Order: sequence, then C-alpha cells, then structure tokens
Amino acid sequence: MATKVLKRKSVVTDPVDPAVTPPPTPSETTFLTKPKLSSKSRKRDMPEGLWTKCPKCEGLIYDKELDDNLKVCPKCGHHFPIGARERIHSLVETCSFEEIDAQMESVDVLKFTGAASYEAKLAAYRKKSSLLKDAVVTGIGKIGDHRVALGVMDFAFLGGSMGSVVGEKLTRLIEAGTDRGIPVIIISTSGGARMYEGMFSLMQMAKTCGALAYHAKQKLPYISVLTNPTYAGVIASFATVGDLIIAEPEAMIGFAGPRVIKDTTQAELPDGFQTSEFLQKHGLIDTIVSRKEMKERLIYFLDFMGAGRKAA
Amino acid sequence: MKRPENANCVRPLPFSRLAGVSKFVAAAMKHYLEFEKPIVELQKKLEELKLHPEQHSLGISWEEEIRLLERKIEDARRIIFTNLTPWQRVQLARHPKRPYSLDYLRLAFSEFEELHGDRMYSDDRAFVGGFAKLGDQKVVVIGTQKGRETKENILRNFGSGHPEGYRKALRLMKLADKFGLPIITLIDTAGAYPGVGSEERHIGEAIAVNLREMMLLEVPIIAAVIGEGGSGGALGIGVADRVLILENAYYSVISPEGCAAILWKDRSASPKAAEALKITANHLRELKLVDDVVAEPLGGAHNDPAATAASLGSALLRHLSELQSAPTADRLRARYGKFRAFGHVREPAAVAA
Repeated sequence: MATKVLKRKSVVTDPVDPAVTPPPTPSETTFLTKPKLSSKSRKRDMPEGLWTKCPKCEGLIYDKELDDNLKVCPKCGHHFPIGARERIHSLVETCSFEEIDAQMESVDVLKFTGAASYEAKLAAYRKKSSLLKDAVVTGIGKIGDHRVALGVMDFAFLGGSMGSVVGEKLTRLIEAGTDRGIPVIIISTSGGARMYEGMFSLMQMAKTCGALAYHAKQKLPYISVLTNPTYAGVIASFATVGDLIIAEPEAMIGFAGPRVIKDTTQAELPDGFQTSEFLQKHGLIDTIVSRKEMKERLIYFLDFMGAGRKAA
Repeated sequence: MKRPENANCVRPLPFSRLAGVSKFVAAAMKHYLEFEKPIVELQKKLEELKLHPEQHSLGISWEEEIRLLERKIEDARRIIFTNLTPWQRVQLARHPKRPYSLDYLRLAFSEFEELHGDRMYSDDRAFVGGFAKLGDQKVVVIGTQKGRETKENILRNFGSGHPEGYRKALRLMKLADKFGLPIITLIDTAGAYPGVGSEERHIGEAIAVNLREMMLLEVPIIAAVIGEGGSGGALGIGVADRVLILENAYYSVISPEGCAAILWKDRSASPKAAEALKITANHLRELKLVDDVVAEPLGGAHNDPAATAASLGSALLRHLSELQSAPTADRLRARYGKFRAFGHVREPAAVAA
C-alpha cells in the first residue's frame, strides 16, 4: 500500500506536507474521516485540502475535487456518502429550497436505558453537526421547473435510522405534497427503524406509507431514490412504494442485513447480493442513476409524470 | 352451509386431530418454561398423591391434602403470573404449546375455508387465510402460522413469511374489500424471513405495499397480536382500525435478542432489551400503541386455549360492531389519524421574526 501512496503523490505538483497526507489507514467504513489537525498545524502553509482514498479503485482523491464532484470518485465513479444538505444543494435550484420542521428533535419517549442512553446519544450526534437535528432534512424546493416536496436522509445521524422525527417530518412533507398537488421525492439512506424509540419507530413505517397512499390517490408522482445503504424498516416502507424507484450505482439495499441472512440460512450469498445492480436484475429498481446525473434525470422523469396533469 | 369433516383446507396437524381441549392441556403440561417450574413441581406432587393415596401426611385427611395442594398450585400460579417480567412474557409468547392462528380459527371462528396462493409465485404456508365466520359475521381472516413440530415448522417456515405470504395476504384483503367483508388479521411471527429468496423477491416491497394498501381498504380491519409481533413482518398485516394484543403477546420493532446483540453486544442481555424496548401488552397500552389488551387465563393462553379463544372472539366482535357503526369515510379518516398520531417529537417554538 505504501508504494502506491507514494506513486500517487508524485503526480501531485503542490508541495504537500507528508505528515498530513496520506490518509489514515482505512477503517471498516468506506468513508475515511479526515484526520484531526492540531491547532498548531492549522497554519496557512498547510495544504487546503486532504486526501481521501477511494475504497474501490484505491486512488487518492483530493478532498476538494471529491466535494466538487458530489462525492463521486472522479476516477472510478465510486459513490461516497454525501450529507443531506450537500445533496439538496446538488439537486435544487439556487435559493429555491425552503426547509420545513428544521427544528424538530427526537425525544427519549421510552426513557431507553441500556448500554448507552438514547438522550446521550442524541446529544452527541447533535453536537457533531449543528446542521443536522435528526436523520432527515425536508422541504419544498424547485428542481428544474418542478416544485417538489423533497426529503433527504442523512446516514451520518444515528445511521440514518427512522424514529418519530424522521417519520413525522416525512409524513408532513408528503402531506404538504398532497395539499399542494406537487410530486414527492425522498432520497433514502438508513440502517432501518430506530431501536431506541421502540414501537414508535415501527409505526412510522405505517404512517409514512399511509401518507403516501393519500398522495398516490391524487395521482401525484412519488419518486424514491435509494442510496448506499438503505435497509430494513425504510426498505419495508416508503422507500419501496415509489412510482419510480431509482438507485445510485452499487448501493447496498435490502430488508435484512447480509450477516443476518447468512446466519439464518447458513447459505452462501450470491455475487453482488443486495446491490443496486442485483436488485435491478431482480425487478425492484426502475433505473440506476449516477449522482452526477441525478438532477437531470429527475427533471426528465418529472417532465413525463407531470405531463398529463399540466394538460388537464 | 355445513363444512365437510376433514376438509383439506386445514392441514391435518397432529394438534388439530386432538378431540378436546383437555388433552391439549395435558400435552401442554409436558412442556414448561423455567419460571413455571414451581407450579410444575407442585402439580407432580399432586399427581403422585392422587395415584398413591396411602402416602398422604398423617395429620390431615387425603382429600384435605389434595385441596391444600390445589390451593398451593393456584397461589403459586397467581404469584408467578401476576409478576411476569417482559422477558418471561416473551417466552410465553413463544411457548411451543401456545395456540396459533389455526387454533383460534377452530376455536373462535367457524366455517373456516382456507384460500391459497398469491397468484404470482406460490402459496406461502407461513400464512393462512380465507373466509370464516366470527359469530354470525362473515369475515376474511389472515394470520401467520407457526408449526408445532419439526415437520410442520419446515412447512410453515417457523411462521416467518416470504414476500408471497404478504402478497397472498393482500390479495385476500382486496378480495374482502371488494365484497365488503371485514378483515381480521392474527399476528404471530418472529419476523419476515431473512433469506436470499426473500430478498430476491423483495420482501421489503411486499410489506411496504401492504402498509400503503391497508390504509385505504374500505372494510373494517382488526389486527390481533396473538403471540409474537415481530417487527415489519408483523406490521405487514397490522395496519388496522383496531389493534388488539393478547396479554402475554409482545409487539416489537426488533427482537430482544437482536436489540441485545446490537446495543449490548451480547445476546444474553435480551431480558434487559425486552424491558427497555417496552414491548409487552401492558406497556403498549400505556403508550397507547394498542387499542385493547385481551386477558389470558392465569398461566397463559396455552393453559386454556378455549377460554383464550372465547375472550379473543368476544373482543373481536365487540370492536367489529363498534367499527361497523361508523360510516366508511369516518373509519378511514380515523384509521389514518390513528397511525398519523404515533410518535413523540420536540419542536422548539419557532423564533419570532
């Protein structure tokens, strides 16, 4: 690995402090967190960005380049995780997004006691990102000429898990879509229902699907976009009842996790099991769209799905 | 219409061939849970005494000693069963002698005629469904079905449905909707099946579609959790106007074992997880997540299936008649409103402009 790193570095022309590059050894997750800089090292002569190693092609990518490329590896097209706000920014027309329920927060309704308290967990996540109060950001915005109700999940907040806040925000969003007669787009990434809220989390599945039932009754379009990873309670609810189900390439998508399936069935899992491509082959996913083309394709689909309505 | 004896709609289970409930109780005695041990020991003593009257204590008469023992058993049962921990209730919900859907179909319903298949792929035997009568009411019943012994458990996949099971359930529910028959669902599943085939045929989608469609069905729907209410697999037939739960059943977002493995990194923490998740009937009633708790006989449903079935049957009838008195539009609004209200959030007051 070390030689590879050196090779990549030689291509770079900017003088780079070798103490900061290369990135830390890969962790189990595909996304490498930036190494913490001591206050002393945060000087002007330091490089602006850091480097991220692509887990797929192992190439080193300059962080700024990765950000500019919507967190897609410019070399091999690998999709890194992207935050909800960055994603919204990449989809909607400038200044058109009006967030709703931005302040809504989770409550430890069960007084969940266990290995770690839910309250403490929530506090830690809120501290980590002041921009993220929970695992979804919702609002009304314009994509091309289309005003849409847009909900975007963020895996960085408690694994994108769905508790009361995610369910309530999405339900209000869908209801807003129904009331205004506009399409709903939900971009999912989630580990499933949030255990800490027990049955309240499970009920969000019925709640969101119920809201979508009334949205669909008005013949309004609902597009579900699945991103890496989307699992369990989210896959068994709003994420799979889209008029269109779109996935990002090579996303892991499923009901049960691969390990659970392996443990239960004692069987080998097929190649590419639970990837977007596998699910498209098996008939769940309409089309796989790269993040870079997502906006353009959404506009294309909305143009078709809204066509009959406009004429009427 | 008289139903023919031994109609092939119900698979001839060893259990269903049992003539009466008393035999069932006798069979149930053979299997007991750890915390039932004191009761079982007293019962053994009683049997012994009945068989060997000569061994009775000298101080009191034989009859009196039997009465004394019987009272002791009753007391032990009361003490144990009125102080059950959530984890003990989970074990009761999974008790291998607990009545299953087909048992209730026999005991609380009549004229059940099973209908098979999802018209797409296969007939998932982890689900049973069909026409039945509840009192004088013609209804459609759908339930998840566990097996009682190995062979039947393989057939029933231990009560864990595949996508075709959920699609069969929806097909039957739409049938009910078309012909104005109320729908009763009986929930007893550890969860939807986590397998390769399940994923290849999109178990998540099958459940999600049910959640959406059940919200709009125009006929009354009552769901009853009779044993295990395992997460999405349970909710997949659980969107209803009324959700009932038997006293010792549980309904949870994740199995206590699964939760323990994730949060405690230790499956032996399952009793703690069962406590923390608030999954028992009483907890769920306190949290207003279920509408009614159906009492079980002392010692659990398996101790007296007929009495449990009678309570369940009358609870179902009571809720059904309440639901039928409301106009359809009101009922649908109430159904949506009920699920819409689930959840607790904090909304800091918006800063005034």
